[in-house]
Amino acid sequence: MSTGHAGVDTRGDSSAGARAYAHQFDSAEHQHGTAQLGMWVFIAQEILFFGGLFLAYTVYRFMYPEAFAQASRHLDIVLGGFNTVVLIGSSLTMAIAVHGAQLGKRWMQVIFLLLTIFLGCVFLGVKAIEYGHKFHEHLVPGPNFRFDGDAGHAQIFFSLYFVMTGLHALHMVIGIAILGVLVWQAARGAYGRAYYSPVELTGLYWHFVDIIWIFLFPLLYLIGRH
Amino acid sequence: MTSTNYINADYGIWSWLLTKDHKRIAILYLVSITLMFILGGFFALLIRLELLTPAGDLLAADTYNKMFTMHGIVMVFFFLIPSIPAVLGNFLVPMMIGARDLAFPRLNLASWYIYMAGAAFTLYAIFTGGVDTGWTFYTPYSTAAANTKVIPAALGIFITGFSSILTGLNFIVTIHRMRAPGLTWFRLPLFIWAHYATSIIFILGTPVIAITILLVAVERGFNFGIFDPKLGGDPVLFQHLFWFYSHPAVYIMVLPSMGVVSELITCFSRKTVFGYGFVAVSSMAIAVLGFLVWGHHLFVSGQSVYASMIFSVLSFLVAIPSAVKVFNWTATLYRGSIEFAAPLIYALGFIGLFTIGGLTGVFLATLGFDVHVHDTYFVVAHFHYIMVGGAMMGYLGGLHYWWPKISGRMYPEWPARIGAAIIFIGFNLTFFPQFLAGYLGMPRRYHMYPPEFQVLNVMSTAGATVLGIGYLLPLTYLLWSLRYGKAAPANPWRATGLEWQTPSPPPTDNFATTPFVTEEAYDYSSVPEAELV
Amino acid sequence: MLERLGLVPPQASTVAVQTDLLSTFLVTVSLFFSILIAATIVAFSVKYRRRSERDVTPRIHGSTALEIAWSVIPLGIAMVMFGWGAHLFVTLKRPPDDALQVNVVGKQWMWKVQHLEGRREINELHVPIGRPVKVTLTSEDVIHSFYVPAFRIKQDAVPGRYTTAWFEATRIGSYHLFCAEYCGTMHSGMIGQVIVMEPADYEAWLAGGGVSAAPAAAGGAAGGGQDLVAAGKELFEQKGCVTCHQPGAVLGPQLAGVAGHTVELQDGTTVTADDDYLRESILSPAAKIVKGFAPIMPTFKGQLTEEQVLQLIAYIKSLKPSTGDASADAGTGKTGS
Repeated sequence: MSTGHAGVDTRGDSSAGARAYAHQFDSAEHQHGTAQLGMWVFIAQEILFFGGLFLAYTVYRFMYPEAFAQASRHLDIVLGGFNTVVLIGSSLTMAIAVHGAQLGKRWMQVIFLLLTIFLGCVFLGVKAIEYGHKFHEHLVPGPNFRFDGDAGHAQIFFSLYFVMTGLHALHMVIGIAILGVLVWQAARGAYGRAYYSPVELTGLYWHFVDIIWIFLFPLLYLIGRH
Repeated sequence: MTSTNYINADYGIWSWLLTKDHKRIAILYLVSITLMFILGGFFALLIRLELLTPAGDLLAADTYNKMFTMHGIVMVFFFLIPSIPAVLGNFLVPMMIGARDLAFPRLNLASWYIYMAGAAFTLYAIFTGGVDTGWTFYTPYSTAAANTKVIPAALGIFITGFSSILTGLNFIVTIHRMRAPGLTWFRLPLFIWAHYATSIIFILGTPVIAITILLVAVERGFNFGIFDPKLGGDPVLFQHLFWFYSHPAVYIMVLPSMGVVSELITCFSRKTVFGYGFVAVSSMAIAVLGFLVWGHHLFVSGQSVYASMIFSVLSFLVAIPSAVKVFNWTATLYRGSIEFAAPLIYALGFIGLFTIGGLTGVFLATLGFDVHVHDTYFVVAHFHYIMVGGAMMGYLGGLHYWWPKISGRMYPEWPARIGAAIIFIGFNLTFFPQFLAGYLGMPRRYHMYPPEFQVLNVMSTAGATVLGIGYLLPLTYLLWSLRYGKAAPANPWRATGLEWQTPSPPPTDNFATTPFVTEEAYDYSSVPEAELV
Repeated sequence: MLERLGLVPPQASTVAVQTDLLSTFLVTVSLFFSILIAATIVAFSVKYRRRSERDVTPRIHGSTALEIAWSVIPLGIAMVMFGWGAHLFVTLKRPPDDALQVNVVGKQWMWKVQHLEGRREINELHVPIGRPVKVTLTSEDVIHSFYVPAFRIKQDAVPGRYTTAWFEATRIGSYHLFCAEYCGTMHSGMIGQVIVMEPADYEAWLAGGGVSAAPAAAGGAAGGGQDLVAAGKELFEQKGCVTCHQPGAVLGPQLAGVAGHTVELQDGTTVTADDDYLRESILSPAAKIVKGFAPIMPTFKGQLTEEQVLQLIAYIKSLKPSTGDASADAGTGKTGS
């Protein structure tokens, strides 16, 4: 493994305000690569964060397959499928925005970042509608939970459903907030060929959040549905 | 000593609270965790006083239960886990690898604020009634039965977890990307290897406890059934998830300490570390194997016999790299030039206490034995030998060793040696009797206990008094040294390592010119004559 | 000898002696290595103490042979420890077939004991000497842990499921019974006694004439009573189970001979009808539907105490198949868990 340093001492120009990288780095490339590694490590911890939930889901699905199958039939596969398409679409627009940043095309970035935000909001809106349905159908765990069948264990399914999709939605909200800042910065022309780390890293994060959904959708909506 | 350094580079409270300098952030952590240690120590004092007599006559049962819970939460999450990484690691990781700062200085400052936010939640829980679930938060007690401030305490731990995660992320990226030219992986100081291994646990373990503790809060707050059997859940699943992090967390506490001890032994015996590669790799082995042994906390929980056997055998395996370290440290002393400075006394104390803690850990991995002593004082004694004997001795040893670098002042040597000896003796007096009490069958978390255990408990409380005095000593003379200590030279110990090649205290950018590394670590035969005092 | 030195609790069960032997082995090996390391450190520290600031030390990088030696030898010893510990553990986990059956329910903050013959007690457990006793544990609220130091046994009582422990007492006397898993305010007050008696005394006690039981007040639960099977039968009729499950009924599966045997479920999978399965079928009947039946059984969650569930299970286990299926030996209550 190389040290990643060029061995050039750049400390001399620490006073130069025009430098495009922070004082602890040797070069802009050094900073960019470091930021990328940081995001990958962050995603690794995110995987473990959701991993605890996936484990709980797997254990309970294995213990109560019948109740989980019954419960999953109460989820709206049309809305869920629609959301899956929306989210995959948003990953595409995000990827184009990153490409735009790399090419230094300001308005391409702005437009596709805005499109990504729009698709993200559509997803959250549909999710809110689904939550509303569950609320009316008394499928929110707690004292008002009603379920025809193995209610005790179906309740665990819905607990996990709300926690998993809720945390996923929270990640989307955070992502949309970051995208908002990016749009503003991109419109000011902050990103170009030389410096586009924030756009690229946000892209990584956004794709990660999509991938979480790509696992959540079949686990919650599809398995056990006949 | 009027040259510009990180301490006098800037003035005013905001120059500290908004600093991005890893060294200043380390000082922020040092102050915060010391305060938390005093708070946790106060709880410990009350616990030991209560246990002087078999009857529960000093504290009410509920109060006692809150005391041991809050002692555990404060000491584990707010002192031991951040201790070495966030203070010494923060200060030294960039310096030891010849970097100007960590890779993400702003994130580093954010970690401290997140830590403080978590501490605020937990302190709120403590001062508005307390928590009584035990630091383990076992369900369904924590979600359904307890009527104390479980949710704020849980959120405090959840939040603080992200401080650990971000610190670990920063270390991993820094060690990968910011090493000085020529500083290859197998030239890294063992302190760095230990922190790399620790950071892996931070990254892969902490998120799991975060989500687990969040689920506890959700179940308790919204009546969502996840772990409570009354709501269809499985309380043992909580234990699996909890220990998946909390067993590796023990290695979070002790691995950095091992890194410190490696530095101390090599420096004060003036010899390169025996079997450097094995010591380095054993840290990684502990980090990896440490993730596979959590089930040894569940031998009597109703876990299947086969699962228990697998966890038992894996637990024996994780003991091997620890043993390898102890043997290598011992061998490092061979034909050295050993100086009994206070840090070395701490380091040797660490080896002694860690050996006892480790071997009793092996006992607990032994299935038939664990059934008897599980959840007794034997376990309490064991983990204090590792976490207080081990982690704390390493922390104090390291704090003394690098104190000249951190503060620019020398600590007084003789009080420090006496302090180290008192702590070692006091520690053994406190916790050794607990091994016996545990084997005789005294369960842990008992407010009252049958009278036959009193003698051992009195011994333990007496020892705790000695230990308490021992801890007050360094607190006093280190503060004293800030004003009256001798000014420290750049390299008072004639040690190798990049952190000693820059003034004490270091300038904000750490090094005047980026160091260029051409040799392996700990080359004590090549210290130039000119450096001899 | 260890006991006389005050180093171990009374050795009052068959496994107590075995556990102490294992402990002695562990301690001896550990002492050997601790002393070896400590002596080496002290010897080096004295012999190689710094004599001058100009001491020259040799550069020794290590020795692969030594590294292998001090990895492999401890590993070998560790595997011996593992094998021994695992062997003892298997013994602890396998109750003999002829064990006496006692049900123990933990509750904040007391132990409620129910003997198969009907005698109940609180915070006391009377057992005969020289006979294996199997304890089936559960909890009404939070996790507790059944711990008898003199027997070297411990088992968590987990709400919502059954766990078991067993012991064979070897010495007359009374011994501590502790709750070892923190369970709230009076955790340290959730203690009792295990009283080991001569078989004859035990029989007399069971019959209700012997030693009087613990505070008989607590909800009228203590004291003598019907035997478990009879109590279960009464519940079976009282709660209406009999309507669908009586011999010849068609709405619910036949229960005679079910216990301990394989049951085929609606989705084609099979399950062994152990205590946990029977418990689940009473409290969450919809969780596992037996093949050929509709999910029409109402839940009895909240309508039965843990002790009543145990009585029903005892009754179900006592039912012998009326037809020719002689292989079913439901009475002994072998559980697969």
